[in-house]
Amino acid sequence: MPRRVTPRKIVAPPKFKYYKPVGHNISKSEKIELLYEEYEAIKLADYDMLNHNDAGELMGISRATFARIYEKARKKIALALVEGKILEAKFGNAYFDDDRYECSNCKATFNITENSVKDKCPICNNKNINKIEF
Amino acid sequence: MKTVITSTGNEINSKFDLRFGRTSYFCVYDDETGNTEFILNDNKEAQGGAGTKGAEKVIELGVTKVVSGHFGPKAKELLDKFKIQLVTMPDDTKTIAEIIEMMKK
Ligand SMILES: [Zn+2]
Repeated sequence: MPRRVTPRKIVAPPKFKYYKPVGHNISKSEKIELLYEEYEAIKLADYDMLNHNDAGELMGISRATFARIYEKARKKIALALVEGKILEAKFGNAYFDDDRYECSNCKATFNITENSVKDKCPICNNKNINKIEF
Repeated sequence: MKTVITSTGNEINSKFDLRFGRTSYFCVYDDETGNTEFILNDNKEAQGGAGTKGAEKVIELGVTKVVSGHFGPKAKELLDKFKIQLVTMPDDTKTIAEIIEMMKK
């Protein structure tokens, strides 16, 4: 029986769909799937500079599970870097702890709180806002 | 209502800063008076906890929204608790003045 996977909480999805090398001979280069939780692990450990314990806690998983996801992410990124492969952002087992919206005009993304305006963009006041579907 | 915008410098023509905890300045913009105030971020070079310290500062300033490029999870957790809206802008070529101009429309 397949083991049930605890969903991993993430703050925001990566801002790219693909990460592509430039100037490399990307012939029929295969894509490497980088899961949202793997991206989040790299971000927490190497961008936000958290230790694995704190990072795991934020993602709702154990330190050991965090370390495993992080290792996978590093291997994929190294492979992409060295072999000039494309990284493709994939949903994986992620979930978000709140809904986010995007303004179709200025591309700002935001959440909606009790205290915020609910029907327009907090930057440009455009009414054309869409819930981000993951 | 007051908004914090992360800024690379201490004046209105400074560029927007994509970092939240490690921003250079916090610009506080009050849309009722039209005034801006720039507050130096003393935790820019902190070893750790810059996001949490930045969030505490924002909470103390009594703002309802924060505009930045990336929020760390700890900052997000704290700002969420205080019902502060988190706005992410992908573009770091804009100046503070330009962002405020957009908000005025
Ligand atoms: Zn907008």
